[in-house]
Amino acid sequence: MLQLFLSLLTISGIAALLALLLELADSYIADYGESHILINEEKDILVQGGNPLLATLMEQRIFIPSACGGKGTCALCKLKIHEGGGPVLPTETPYLSQQELADQVRLSCQVKVKSDLKIEIPEELFLVKEFEVVVERMETLTPDNRGLRLKILRPEEGIRFKSGQYVQLQIPRYELTKGPEFRAYSIASSSHEHDAVELVITKVPEGAVSTYVHDYLKEGDRLTIIGPYGDFYLRDSDRDILLIATGSGLAPVKSILYQLEYEKCRKKITLFFGDKKRPDLLYYEELTEMAARMSNFTYTPTLSRTNEEEPWDGERGRVTSLIEKYIPDEAPIDVYICGVPAMVESCVELLQGKGIPEERIFYDKFTS
Amino acid sequence: MVELDAGTILFAAIFTNNILLTNFLGLCPFLSISREVRSALGLGVAVVFVMTCTAVINYLAYYYLLVPLNLTHFRFIIFIVIIAAFVQLVEMTVERFFPALYYMLGIFLPLITVNCAILGASLFLIIREYNLVQSMAYGAGSGIGWMLAIIAVGAIREKIQKSAKLPKGLEGPAITLLVTGLMSLGFIAFSGMIQIQ
Repeated sequence: MLQLFLSLLTISGIAALLALLLELADSYIADYGESHILINEEKDILVQGGNPLLATLMEQRIFIPSACGGKGTCALCKLKIHEGGGPVLPTETPYLSQQELADQVRLSCQVKVKSDLKIEIPEELFLVKEFEVVVERMETLTPDNRGLRLKILRPEEGIRFKSGQYVQLQIPRYELTKGPEFRAYSIASSSHEHDAVELVITKVPEGAVSTYVHDYLKEGDRLTIIGPYGDFYLRDSDRDILLIATGSGLAPVKSILYQLEYEKCRKKITLFFGDKKRPDLLYYEELTEMAARMSNFTYTPTLSRTNEEEPWDGERGRVTSLIEKYIPDEAPIDVYICGVPAMVESCVELLQGKGIPEERIFYDKFTS
Repeated sequence: MVELDAGTILFAAIFTNNILLTNFLGLCPFLSISREVRSALGLGVAVVFVMTCTAVINYLAYYYLLVPLNLTHFRFIIFIVIIAAFVQLVEMTVERFFPALYYMLGIFLPLITVNCAILGASLFLIIREYNLVQSMAYGAGSGIGWMLAIIAVGAIREKIQKSAKLPKGLEGPAITLLVTGLMSLGFIAFSGMIQIQ
């Protein structure tokens, strides 16, 4: 019995002693004090040193993408570190090309903040933030779609995005979920508006977020959005523009249209928009008015499930039939497509068949 | 108790009883970090340092703590915990005060926390009943032996990468194990020279 106690005591004693030693070392040896991080030559932040740069920036609400959680395996967290990063570590070299080494690119999860740093964060990453928003307006756009206007609570932060990008909408826990849930929604409003965003939420049977928005959310409720993200946005070129969308895929396309109108774009802009029946057509009036305002913009909606008897003097069929009908072979256009994956894929195939090169076709596949 | 002077033990631990090539301990960092001589050297130096120090610390912990308290059956867990804590402490200290050294070899320190060659050395010195000086020599010798082995393999692998065309199935760890096996045969030829176990 005594032996048992003695063993327990000794083992615990040694463990406690070592723990104490490490704890002391952690607070005295590993204490790097405070460091300044100068970001993009303009923003200076004061942080507690000793932690990896990725985690330190996260604490400052600067969200660098990372899939592996800072273990140095995904190589998504690359940043340019101009000063204070120390030599490149052996854990980083496998992920950095000669060009990147020359450009002082590092993995921000491997670089520890030990002294003042000068770093460069790509502008678009710098814009990803978490925003507290309040539901300013909620409207039923079509039987399946609800439009949300979310006002940013601290407008001085302001959201800056490229037309076509999306945000992650977070809803709180409610009866159908086990915790907060995130879903991505494209921004439908103009990118020149910085204090609010508009989203289109399609009702998905048993979808956690869409059900919450359709059945539980009220005007005045508070939510969180993180963003903007995404590489579906307007590119610079001299070519005319063809926009193709179905269903709520119209949301980012509408944002792109607002940008084109704002920039007084003189290129020929065509929108093919498809849905099932007349009441399903999102933003029909708004787009018709826009087409009347802009002489270079043609709005062509098409219905895929109308009977001949129903009054509709527009196009009938799917968006793909519009491509076949109106787009000549090797048309000098840039194409932006947004909607369900099956539609996007068949459009891309059809357009490539018409000799439009892959690099002029941009798309965003919506999944529910 | 073997009557061997510390110098003989040091020599034997490096060549005739090389911990890696005759006991096959510490193979996993050996296989993963031996791609080039530079990093093999960094890891090797770290192993020499940690092995020498932990051999002494574990010797003291064993004879002045575990033996008097009749707790020698706890030596595995105690040795492992001491090695882990020691490595952690060294890493923190080196990172804070010797940045240049840290970039060269500090990064390898966490890798050897669980290196079985280090635990093996501590256990062998107990089994072979070495005294403190002999233990220190054995720890240092084993570390140096391990370093020599990994540098040699690192150099061979560099050559292989540059010139040899290997069948797909033999690339990486496979050829390394073959090379290690051949080297080990060579080292076994020394083993009759001095007996330390």
